Amino acid sequence: MPAPEDLVSLYTAKVAAAPDLAALDAVRVEALGKQGAITQLLKTLGKMDPDTRKVEGPRIQAARQAVADAIEARKAALEHEALEARLASERLDLSLPVEETPLGSVHPVSQVMDELSEIFADMGFAVAEGPEIEDDWHNFEALNIPEAHPARAMQDTFYVDTGEEGAPPVLRTHTSPVQIRTMMREEPPLRIIAPGRVYRSDSDATHTPMFHQVEGLVIDRDIHMGHLKWTLETFLKAFFERDDIVLRLRPSYFPFTEPSAEVDVGWSEQKGRRVVGGSEGWMEVLGSGMVHPKVIANCGLDPDEWQGFAFGCGIDRLAMLKYGMDDLRAFFDGDLRWLKHYGFGMLDTPTLSAGVGA
Amino acid sequence: MKFTLSWLKEHLDTDASPEQIAATLTAIGLEVEDVTNPAEALRPFKVAKVISAERHPQADKLQVLSVDAGEGPMQIVCGAPNARAGMKGVFGGPGTYVPGPGFTLGNATIRGVDSSGMMCSARELELGEDHDGIIELPADAPVGQSYADYADLDDPVFDVNVLANRPDCMGVHGIARDLAAAGLGTLRRPDSDALPPSEDTPPVDVRIEGEGCTVFWRRAIRGVKNGQSPEWLQRRLKAVGQKPISALVDVTNYFTLDRARPLHVYDLAKLQGDIVVRRGRGEADRFMALNDKEYVPTEEDIVIADDRGAIGLGGVIGGAATGVDESTTDLLVESAWFDPETVARTGQRHNLVTDARMRFERGVDPASTREGVEAPVRMMIAHAGGTASAPAVTDVSPPEGYPYRRNVVAYRPQRLAELAGIDLADEAQRALLERLAIHPTDVARLCEDHADPAAAARHYEAVARKGGWLLHIPSWRPDIEGEADVVEEIARLHGYDKIPSTPLARPFGVARPTATRAQVAERRLRRTAAARGLHEAITWSFVSDAQAAPFGGGAHRLANPISEELKVMRPSLLPGLAAAARRNLDRGQSSVRLFEIGRRYLAEGEKPTATLLLVGEARPRGWAAGKARAFDPYDAKAEAYALLEAAGAPTGNLAIFEGAGADWHPGRSAALGLGPKKILARFGELHPALLKTLDLPEGTVAAEIYLDAIPAPRSKERARVAYAPPALQPVTRDYAFFVPEDLQAAQLERAVAGADKKRIVATRIFDRFEGKDGLSLAIEVTLQPRDKSFTDEELAELSQKIVTAAAAKGAKLRT
Repeated sequence: MPAPEDLVSLYTAKVAAAPDLAALDAVRVEALGKQGAITQLLKTLGKMDPDTRKVEGPRIQAARQAVADAIEARKAALEHEALEARLASERLDLSLPVEETPLGSVHPVSQVMDELSEIFADMGFAVAEGPEIEDDWHNFEALNIPEAHPARAMQDTFYVDTGEEGAPPVLRTHTSPVQIRTMMREEPPLRIIAPGRVYRSDSDATHTPMFHQVEGLVIDRDIHMGHLKWTLETFLKAFFERDDIVLRLRPSYFPFTEPSAEVDVGWSEQKGRRVVGGSEGWMEVLGSGMVHPKVIANCGLDPDEWQGFAFGCGIDRLAMLKYGMDDLRAFFDGDLRWLKHYGFGMLDTPTLSAGVGA
Repeated sequence: MKFTLSWLKEHLDTDASPEQIAATLTAIGLEVEDVTNPAEALRPFKVAKVISAERHPQADKLQVLSVDAGEGPMQIVCGAPNARAGMKGVFGGPGTYVPGPGFTLGNATIRGVDSSGMMCSARELELGEDHDGIIELPADAPVGQSYADYADLDDPVFDVNVLANRPDCMGVHGIARDLAAAGLGTLRRPDSDALPPSEDTPPVDVRIEGEGCTVFWRRAIRGVKNGQSPEWLQRRLKAVGQKPISALVDVTNYFTLDRARPLHVYDLAKLQGDIVVRRGRGEADRFMALNDKEYVPTEEDIVIADDRGAIGLGGVIGGAATGVDESTTDLLVESAWFDPETVARTGQRHNLVTDARMRFERGVDPASTREGVEAPVRMMIAHAGGTASAPAVTDVSPPEGYPYRRNVVAYRPQRLAELAGIDLADEAQRALLERLAIHPTDVARLCEDHADPAAAARHYEAVARKGGWLLHIPSWRPDIEGEADVVEEIARLHGYDKIPSTPLARPFGVARPTATRAQVAERRLRRTAAARGLHEAITWSFVSDAQAAPFGGGAHRLANPISEELKVMRPSLLPGLAAAARRNLDRGQSSVRLFEIGRRYLAEGEKPTATLLLVGEARPRGWAAGKARAFDPYDAKAEAYALLEAAGAPTGNLAIFEGAGADWHPGRSAALGLGPKKILARFGELHPALLKTLDLPEGTVAAEIYLDAIPAPRSKERARVAYAPPALQPVTRDYAFFVPEDLQAAQLERAVAGADKKRIVATRIFDRFEGKDGLSLAIEVTLQPRDKSFTDEELAELSQKIVTAAAAKGAKLRT
């Protein structure tokens, strides 16, 4: 019988020499298989007297363990080598482009309308709507703009041809008719904004025949111009996300408000660009005033009981001032390059907690 | 409205700087658009003397001048025919910017002769139109002095935007009055010396027929010599952009600007018979106006007529036939009052903007008609000679109209705080009003010329009892009609900047949601579209006739479109999106995904609609996916469903109706609805004929979602229906059927799903194959066991039910 230590030397050498897992398994069978040399040695233990077994047992077991360990170690090493070899052959050029998910955009006008809704909702204003093809009464008469009023000529109205006698319908020249409709439909107190498309037959570098306005209206018993001023300050500070917004109210004239005020906002120059905030200069941003008693009466309300303010402001212009576009005409072109640049992402929903700008 | 500082100072005694004046004007509602000082640009130009003038050796029409502008002789080449030795003119040296032609002078060589500067014409300095020669100055002009100083050009020009309700500020005097009221100085009374009395009466009679003109004052002047107006007057007119014409015309124009008092002058020699103020008579009244254009007055227009017909549109423009010129010796000066509305309509009708119209349509001070004729006549005589006749007047007294209405407004001083938020003591308010010549008045005076003095007294006393004041409004302020107007007057003089910012009352707690369901649905749809790769466009609400025609034409057409392209209110959003898509394709875009949310303007109303258009590549060519894939109708379907879902439509209940309509490819489009009459959306490939008119490639797909057709959800409940995920795993089974050619996959799916509504929880078509044996559809069915797993018998039974249900639609299980 060979000495266990000899077998250990023999097989550990063979294990070390096994070039692959198959050869290693052959060594395992030769040493530790049913007929394996070390297995044969183990079988001799049963025939030994107890004293001999006490000595030989551990020797043989140690030899078995040593060979088994060597096989296990070699196996792990060979497996590792095999994995390395496979991985070395498996390579993807991950610099290749992946399939793009197309990304769309929200138009700046829509984004700004959402921002306005959010800001004014916090001040308790609902969003009201009205028709764009308006009758003469809602667009003019009820707003204290009689037919020969110079303000009519100023507004460059589009008329709708009905082929019938009488005052033709118009494309609303401002969002103010929504004031009238709201006052006639709902019971005061009222707080609304009314954003939407408006039309004037005007077309040049800075005017388009269609543009967007937002109207504001508050009707209650004790509303005065101080509330108007606060509302506009609060709105513009929230909208432009700046605390240094300065307003200047100037006496003005609109047939549907009295007293009337044109509102300028202060600007300052930053990086060669005029931005809203500060007071290096003034730019006109909106028209406003206390709703004219005649207008309130025209809506069936008692002007001795109800009063309030109204304002109107260009949405496209607000967007340009906040987001830096300089060409109004591009708003209505649908140029994908422009929309990708100036448009907003789907998740840019304005919220009070995350901010109303994007 | 333009005026110069010196002009203003003739009416206002003030030391205020131009900057202070401009700031105050804006603060009180007279917005200053611009302040320019013509002297600024002319500072470098000097008074110069021509020492010698020689013929240019190389050019007949040029001279070589030696010029002294105070710094020794300079040589220049000059082409002006009037340049000669000894004369004085205006010189600009090298480096000087010449405003007229807009260039900077350098050292030049003209045909071989050096030239260092130029002698300037009036046009080159933007001082007039004259370019026939260089400016000639009097012999005593001091050489070397700045020309701007010498010519007294240092006079800033203000350009003020006068609001439509302020007729009084359409004249320099009125602006001065407002500035004085704002505390910027003292108003000077215009001199009002009466003309010497005369026995002479104007030789023509004036008759007023009909409404619109209430008073017509006039004086004749005989023996005038109408030459040029004086230098100061010409300069003043030129400074505000008016062209001097002759002494008589310049004086009328001057008073229009100075006192907002439009006048008219007639050459008495050219008048035929008496004057009638009446309505126009159409063609019979066709006349040539002073602007060299012909007008045909209508029955709505007020005309001034003599025996031959119209000789002017009342309050707007005079006629050429009776205009004054250098041969005029006798004339008639008119100072009348025309109704603002009538003048405004006449101006609009004839598309004619004149200084007279701009004043009459705002409302000329009716009290100015009589005195309005005095000062101008005096000035005309001063500059053109002649003697004035006595004044004569023709007037009518309408019951309510100007100029006889005494304008009284009842005002409660507490309204200032209530409307403007300004706290100001009664005395302070009263003081501000007094500055505007708005005086409290007493009842007795008010009732003096009232038709029913007792009733008037009762009314006025009732006002006074409520703590109100009765304010007499001056005749030049027709805009002040009620308390709100008085509040504005006090507030603007006190200062809008003193209005205290006052928070709106805020309900307790977190702000309530305000958006309506439709508004929320629209926002969700918009952001979903953006998430799915669509870009939101905003296109014109109006399209051309040709664009509207395929959609049944426009129900609303503009009477005054700005172009044929923007003429009809769109019946569909597709033409606008198609045009945008076309522009994008022309710019080289290979894939266009556009959508718009807006209204269609139909006969039955304005319909909120979301429309999307997909043109070009759905997916670009790629190293992994291979060739590019074009958009197909299924892409449009995917968008339609996603957007409907986002907008809250019950997409699970929608039926699909083949063929979306005339604008769509009949076999590759469909409508989605809750029934054939409740269509919520259309999608698919657009009809090739439509695409041809839209100039888009065949195969372009689109979808339309009718936002107002989406029903409101039944429940507004926030809590969901109770639900616990099943404990057992679902089982899937696949079935393949041969189906009839015309069977919709959705019909098969619905039939299969209906085979056992409890246990079949999902179905999905996963294969479609058209072979020689017919059309085959394969469907995956998900079965959900509840309390215990399915037995083989149960599964066999379910399969049988599925096969039977499919068979009812003509489907045969493939074996």
